[in-house]
Amino acid sequence: MGKITLTQVRKSFGETHVIPGIDLNIEHGEFVVFVGPSGCGKSTLLRLIAGLEDISGGKIEIDGTDATDLPPGKRGLAMVFQSYALYPHMSVKKNIAFPLKMAGMDEAAIEAKVQSAAKILNLANYLERKPGQLSGGQRQRVAIGRAIVREPAAFLFDEPLSNLDAALRVTMRQEISELHQKLATTMIYVTHDQVEAMTMADKIVVLNAGRIEQVGAPLELYNHPQNLFVAGFIGSPKMNLITGAEAQKHGCTTLGVRPEYIEVSADGPWQGTIGLAEHLGSDTFLKVDVPGIGMLTVRGSGEMHLHHGNQIRLGPQAGKIYRFGPDGKAL
Amino acid sequence: MSTQSNRAAARLMVAPSVILLFIWMIVPLAMTLYFSFRLYRLLSPERSGWVGLANYTWFLKSPEFWQAIGNTLALVGGVLVITVVLGILIALLIDQPVKGQGVLRILVIAPFFVMPPVAASIWKNLFMHPQNGLFAAVSRAFGADPILYLENHPMLSVIGIVSWEWLPFATLILLTAMQSLSSEQLEAAEMDGAKPISRFRYIVLPHLTRSITVVILIETIFLLGIFGEIFTTTQGGPGSASTTLPYMIFKQAIAAKDIGRAAAGGIIAVILANIVAIFLMRGIGRNLDA
Ligand SMILES: Nc1ncnc2c1ncn2[C@@H]1O[C@H](COP(=O)(O)OP(=O)(O)O)[C@@H](O)[C@H]1O
Ligand SMILES: [Mg+2]
Repeated sequence: MGKITLTQVRKSFGETHVIPGIDLNIEHGEFVVFVGPSGCGKSTLLRLIAGLEDISGGKIEIDGTDATDLPPGKRGLAMVFQSYALYPHMSVKKNIAFPLKMAGMDEAAIEAKVQSAAKILNLANYLERKPGQLSGGQRQRVAIGRAIVREPAAFLFDEPLSNLDAALRVTMRQEISELHQKLATTMIYVTHDQVEAMTMADKIVVLNAGRIEQVGAPLELYNHPQNLFVAGFIGSPKMNLITGAEAQKHGCTTLGVRPEYIEVSADGPWQGTIGLAEHLGSDTFLKVDVPGIGMLTVRGSGEMHLHHGNQIRLGPQAGKIYRFGPDGKAL
Repeated sequence: MSTQSNRAAARLMVAPSVILLFIWMIVPLAMTLYFSFRLYRLLSPERSGWVGLANYTWFLKSPEFWQAIGNTLALVGGVLVITVVLGILIALLIDQPVKGQGVLRILVIAPFFVMPPVAASIWKNLFMHPQNGLFAAVSRAFGADPILYLENHPMLSVIGIVSWEWLPFATLILLTAMQSLSSEQLEAAEMDGAKPISRFRYIVLPHLTRSITVVILIETIFLLGIFGEIFTTTQGGPGSASTTLPYMIFKQAIAAKDIGRAAAGGIIAVILANIVAIFLMRGIGRNLDA
């Protein structure tokens, strides 16, 4: 099981109200990603769920029982820390076995579990090493191994990939996703990287300044952002947000167009000068300066032969614009 | 500093200080060694000459000598155990967030700044004194006779005083070590279901081993030579109940004015220190490897 319900959860550090009040439902087996800019309270929220921070108000239920006042060890959750938090003086094997030893399990059962976790995570050859003798990716796997042997109700990850290099991050991302498929256990994953969120999540929770901006499946957030913040945060490159006269023409305060939905064509309504053209082979990214509108990012096909200084006409695809009112909410 | 010529230059440049330090060390050692084989009494300067191993055999045959060795080891061992155990406990306590933490820490560290003879005098006259001492007053308050600390338990008293002096040092080193432990490790252990005792046993204590080793090594160096505290309080007595090796050497040199024997004692002390050092490095030295 692994159903987690937050009701009006609040957290303040002294006078700073980091989390003013959050309601959230996490279903059994879901892969939920908390995403938001640095300092928005993602880690704090995760630590509240883990029990590592005292809650200032509200209620946390895990599998139907009130866990608000339970100590971390009693909540049946396992956490993977950003710094891995491996025990440096213990071998990999002892690290993975530690939670089982604390639970008072007998030696033979521990050994069997450690071996099976090591097999899942490709660690069988490293069991006798100390964490200091492992690479970043291997340490990450040990930290995950220590979490899975406990068979927790849910896994909590706090930016687990941010200390890895770009290539390794992609591999580990896939490994964690595969692990989720295999174990079918609830996972809560914190990141500031919207690409990680989009690729891994069943459900994304977009946080901003301790508030939930929107909850939904990745494509739902991409296709139907409820407000300006989500529109700007989800999607890469960022959505073009246009204000002023052009927006008023469409009857809104802010007009949003994703770079991939701007077409370069001879009869486009806007005219601009290319400031920068990046040819990636698969895609071409253009920065186009359109008088009266501003700088627009455009994503085109790889075959586009345009360069700095070219004059082009362009415009949004029909039906692919987002309109936001004066309060930032989608119209 | 990796090329051949670099290394040669480096050796050349450190050579003067190395040579100076070597002479600094070797001259007194050589003189002590020389005197230890000679008859050299300040009260009868006309008699002199080589005596072979007589100075050494006198030491080894003296019952006081073996008692002094025992006392020295008891002092070193006792103070080490007390300072490390209490040091860990106090460090754990003052590591907790409490009001007035800064003042508290200064208070804990303060004894280290009191010079040994002063500390010993304070203990002797203000705490352990059978008439005026604080402990005597406490004993009387409970209707008991005051304990004659320095007379009946001289070695324990000295160990207590020296421990009091060295406790701040151990506490300070262990406290800094404790503060360098990442809080995420403790939190991970907490999530893994470890109770406070287990967290201490499996996370904090292993983290402290290197610092404990440092405390033991440094304290041993100083404790082997403890003199001032004994001189100020018990004078090695009653009888020779609290005579340590350094104090016995002092008695030979200053009281008996027998430089030859004192020198032999000094050489024996050097050998003892080396034996202790070998045991320490064998036993706990590998904790210092990264
Ligand atoms: N122990 C603490 N004491 C005071 N403020 C804190 C503490 N922990 C976090 N904060 C504040 O709470 C806010 C959210 O922090 P955090 O949850 O770590 O953000 P994120 O993980 O989203 O980057 C930050 O502004 C941070 O300064
Ligand atoms: Mg964080």
